[in-house]
Amino acid sequence: MKKRKIDIVDTTLRDGSHAVRHSFTVDQVTAIAGGLDRVGVSMIELSHGDGISGSSVNYGFSGTPELELLKAASEIVKNAKLTVLLIPGIGTIEDLKMASENGATAVRVATHVTEADTAIQHIQYAKSVGMMAVGFLMLTHMASPEKIVEQAKIFVDSGADYINLADSAGYMLPDDVRARVSTLKNNIDIPIGFHSHNNLGLSIANSIAAVEEGASYIDVTCRGLGAGAGNTQSEVLCAVLDRMGYDTGIDLYGIMDVAEEIVEPIMQRPQVINSAALTMGYAGVYSSFMLHTYKAAEKFQLNPRDILVELGRRKMVGGQEDMIIDVAYLLAQRVKGTKVVEGMTPLG
Amino acid sequence: MERIKVGIIGPGNIGTDLMFKVMKSKRLQMHMMAGIQESDGIKRAAGFGFKTALDGVNSVAADPDIKIVFDATSAKAHLHNAPILKAAGKIVMDLTPAAVGPYVVPCVNLDQLENVENYNMVTCGGQATIPIAYAINRVAESEYTEIVACIASKGAGPGTRANIDEFTETTRKALRIIGGADKTKAIIVLNPAEPPIMMTNTIYSIVKHPDEKKITEAVNNIVEQVQAYVPGYKLRVPPVIDGNKVTVIVQVEGSGDYLPPYAGNLDIINQAAVAVAEKIAANLLSREG
Repeated sequence: MKKRKIDIVDTTLRDGSHAVRHSFTVDQVTAIAGGLDRVGVSMIELSHGDGISGSSVNYGFSGTPELELLKAASEIVKNAKLTVLLIPGIGTIEDLKMASENGATAVRVATHVTEADTAIQHIQYAKSVGMMAVGFLMLTHMASPEKIVEQAKIFVDSGADYINLADSAGYMLPDDVRARVSTLKNNIDIPIGFHSHNNLGLSIANSIAAVEEGASYIDVTCRGLGAGAGNTQSEVLCAVLDRMGYDTGIDLYGIMDVAEEIVEPIMQRPQVINSAALTMGYAGVYSSFMLHTYKAAEKFQLNPRDILVELGRRKMVGGQEDMIIDVAYLLAQRVKGTKVVEGMTPLG
Repeated sequence: MERIKVGIIGPGNIGTDLMFKVMKSKRLQMHMMAGIQESDGIKRAAGFGFKTALDGVNSVAADPDIKIVFDATSAKAHLHNAPILKAAGKIVMDLTPAAVGPYVVPCVNLDQLENVENYNMVTCGGQATIPIAYAINRVAESEYTEIVACIASKGAGPGTRANIDEFTETTRKALRIIGGADKTKAIIVLNPAEPPIMMTNTIYSIVKHPDEKKITEAVNNIVEQVQAYVPGYKLRVPPVIDGNKVTVIVQVEGSGDYLPPYAGNLDIINQAAVAVAEKIAANLLSREG
């Protein structure tokens, strides 16, 4: 029997960008993208962590303009689809046009799990210029399987090539993943992908659960480099899927070497599940809030965990990094016993 | 007291809320609501005894009593309506992103705009953040200003959703032109939390002169000026200075005229449009008087 094909989508150069504070250089990108292309990944995602045009005060400035990084990657990537992430409200069609001119051949358009209709114009544009387009729902733990079907259908009708479900907070348990992927599989005719965070140590288990329910695109990063406790670790998932009898098309020793020899030396800290990351997985908080929360905790002399729990309680969504300051300010005033503006707490 | 008659084109949520605000005004008098088909907004206007029309811009343009027109349609429709209204001599408040005329934020540049026939109201995020950006720039010289506007999903209508790029591009441009920073960026986030969140806006500015006292004074002062026409405008986080970076967070609670309090985004752009219209009405009345 022919083995089922699983497409490996490497996002070391996008989600991993959070973990190096968006400091990737042209040399690093050339080495990583070249390595990933050589070992056989299907898609290589490269953007600021918050997508094209994410470079900002709110999300952190890019060390090197991402269009330069894209151009460098496009010169070395021969087989994989060079992909960018676009979050409507942050990036625009104009940004996508420039990414395309600099070598991007696919775009994943990401919205909060309930806001798919803000991506229609971007998906339609991508298809009209011949790019591959993926509809990407974030923080999918916050919606029911039925709501996810409704939102995914908006992407399907816009022309998306596949639907990616992200557990952006690393909150889901394997059964949560199974319920969402299987329900979606029964209701749409295009492929499904899955993106995890390892905040509860479940990224490999959840990725396998997604594959078993029919997902065929899985997001990974080398060494798990990514926001929070990081993502599904490329080289580990490839080994596991190989043992389970799936075809990833990846040279296993090759991807191990890319992770160990190219990615590990540039990591700024070990990719572990520390208290902040665990708190995010436990409380359902968007993983890229972590490093920004450390900064705010230091400025306002607070425990990062208290900030994260309050962000979770307020149901903040992806992109609301500014609310970290809001929460930290509020908590610091409480500590000081200062009265704050009325109406501070109802936010959430 | 004599009042200036007003027409509204576009009887959706924005247009209907505008009608309620005009009805409370001492200088404006609601006269006609126009759409292109029968709708709740048209019925509501008729129910109050106002004139209604279903021929888009035409009846409003043809009615000699109407001096001021609010256009709450779409950018595309406004590009069609604007020359017709101009030919008819109407003064127009454009609530679409068409930007036929200059951007206006009442507390920032209304006094400098003279003989304008078509005022563009920027965006909800622009009305909420440009005053702060402007105040900071005046005392601290902004090299770069960036804003993040967060609105409740329920407060974002189909027009905003289908054209979210228009929001970021228009807001970014207006932040530079009337907010005064050299470089600007705008971000919008929709949050579906229940109960719905209040609109919150964060203004970051990288400045040349991070003098906390001057910046705080300037921000407090401009917040009071906005509150004069948007009562639900509040400073959540006063200026936080971190090196050369200034962070300010403001909240907008809607006045609940027609739309619920969480729709502060729709409230602030409408309040701003009514504030501009009232000033024009006052001028017209003093000229006539």
